[in-house]
Amino acid sequence: MNAITRMPLLWASVAFALIVVAMSTLYSVPETAQAVVLRFGKPERIVNAWDPKAAFGTSGAGLVAKVPFIESVIFVDKRVLDLDMEAQTVLSTDQRQLVVDAFARFRITNPQKMVQTVGTELNAADALKRILASRLRNELGKQPFAAMLSPERTALMETIQTTVNQQARQYGAEILDVRIKRADLPAGRPLDSAFERMSSARNQEATTVRAQGAKQAQLVRAEADAEAARIYANSFGKDPEFYAFYRAMQAYRTTFQDGNANVVLGPGNEFLREFEGRRSAR
Amino acid sequence: MPWQNNNDNGPSGADAGETGSGSSNGGGSGSGGNSGPGPRNPWGDGPPQRPSGPRPGGRDPFEDLLRRGQDGLRRALGNNAPGPRGSGGPAMPSGQVIGIGIAIIVALWIVLTSFYRVDAQERGVVLRFGRFVDTTDPGLHFKLPWPIDSVVLRKVEQINSVDIGATGGSAENLMLTGDQNVINLAYAVRWKIRNPELYLFELAEPEQTVQEVAESAMRAEISGAGLNDVIGPQRAQIAERVRERMQELLDSYRAGIEVRGIDIKQADPPQAVDASFKDVQAAQQDAQKYLNDSRAYAQTVLANAQGSAAAFDAVYAQYALAPEVTRKRMYFETMEGVLSKVDKTVVETGGVQAYLPLPEVQRRSRAAPPAEPKPAQ
Repeated sequence: MNAITRMPLLWASVAFALIVVAMSTLYSVPETAQAVVLRFGKPERIVNAWDPKAAFGTSGAGLVAKVPFIESVIFVDKRVLDLDMEAQTVLSTDQRQLVVDAFARFRITNPQKMVQTVGTELNAADALKRILASRLRNELGKQPFAAMLSPERTALMETIQTTVNQQARQYGAEILDVRIKRADLPAGRPLDSAFERMSSARNQEATTVRAQGAKQAQLVRAEADAEAARIYANSFGKDPEFYAFYRAMQAYRTTFQDGNANVVLGPGNEFLREFEGRRSAR
Repeated sequence: MPWQNNNDNGPSGADAGETGSGSSNGGGSGSGGNSGPGPRNPWGDGPPQRPSGPRPGGRDPFEDLLRRGQDGLRRALGNNAPGPRGSGGPAMPSGQVIGIGIAIIVALWIVLTSFYRVDAQERGVVLRFGRFVDTTDPGLHFKLPWPIDSVVLRKVEQINSVDIGATGGSAENLMLTGDQNVINLAYAVRWKIRNPELYLFELAEPEQTVQEVAESAMRAEISGAGLNDVIGPQRAQIAERVRERMQELLDSYRAGIEVRGIDIKQADPPQAVDASFKDVQAAQQDAQKYLNDSRAYAQTVLANAQGSAAAFDAVYAQYALAPEVTRKRMYFETMEGVLSKVDKTVVETGGVQAYLPLPEVQRRSRAAPPAEPKPAQ
């Protein structure tokens, strides 16, 4: 205290120098980043490099020292990064269009290489995006339309991933996964015709359902008619002659019910047989 | 210390790394703040101002106490007062005040930035200069003071939900099914953080990742299913398979995320073809109606048949007992009933051409002998 108060300027400058040295010596590396230490711009070493086996807290993150003023640090993301691609139209082998929207996940596994080749993760992502887009178009273009939709897509994606990975390694990156997020018919003509096809399929189904219903109904009616005929035959067959008489009587009743008829009765009529007083014995 | 690298790192790569670490620090440690000037102030011109403020009105006991303390300190240090006092009155006490001020601020700083609270649904991830140290459970915890340790809190019990596709109907989320039909699908993904360390350190954009993985898994699943399956009863199985697939993918990224469930909120045919789909349902109703009508007809016909047959059987049973009489009786009863209602003309002589005084010849009905003599026997 005594010395400080006596020569404040000197002490202040000493403290300032210490702080400057400390600041350019110590730096903290977060768990989410890998640090590339450059000596005069040349990559010297990597701190907290990505290692799948290292547990958190043991991989070298934290407060780290470097040689002041000579070495500088570049941070490179250690996490799994997103590569979202623009939707693009792909033509299948059977000349049908499909709009494909894919994404990939990648990670910088060799930050030194990445710093040397493209500089930043963003540039790496751009480069990978271009490669992936062209690979995707090429590979999908070799497929028929149905295969693009089917589960075989998984194998297809693996092929793409492998080929892209070879190039990704040049940028110090590794593609973890390539996936198709969307595979849709392009708006306009292809989508409309798909809708039309769906409509016509449904119309067909509706017509079929109605026709089937009508058929079933007819069968039910016919069965009922047949059963009724059987019942009638069973009953009336016992005496066909009497049935004819019986039925005729019923028919007369119902036919002349309204009374709008003129009946001319001849003398031989059965009804008038007794009219003349037992002209003929029967 | 995190801010120090700003000074000597020109390249833009350092900026990208720096923003990453800065955001993770700033997001969690509410106690510290994340700006450099904070801790630098105390040694600069901060403290002298504070004690010099109340000086003019220095009558209160606290001021006296402070001054007495300063005197004591001065004596203890063996300070030969004349030097500073000679140069200027206020200079000497301000030196003492700086010491005490620093002590107070350091104490406050340690107390305020060393304790942190983790809420019931949270976990705290403690970082020492960015290095992972520990994950703490809910409760009050102690850590090293601020620039050394920082805490990132994440709500692990909270279930997040991501909606994909809109149920409103404005923008359709169309998807191709395995049979190359198109379906309008809306669903929600429920997820939560299973492992806060993985969640913080492994994925750059966890929420976007969840969404993209969900879309991909759902598309993959839908593209393997037929339209009727998706619309119909298999929805639940599809949702479950999507969940499994998502979990697999996220685990392969080591995302530290648990997918709790997929809720398919809507799986409908697109609006453009909706009318046709509804027509199918209408057709099913129609078919059912046809069938019902025919059943009703069948019941009627059968009932009629049974009724008629039973009636005939009953009559026949009696007829069989006395055929002759019954037959005659029935004949005359019928004729009686019939002829009593109609106009009758009786032609007496067989040889005479019948003169037909038909009184109502204009009637449309021809005079037809209804009871054309049928041989009774």
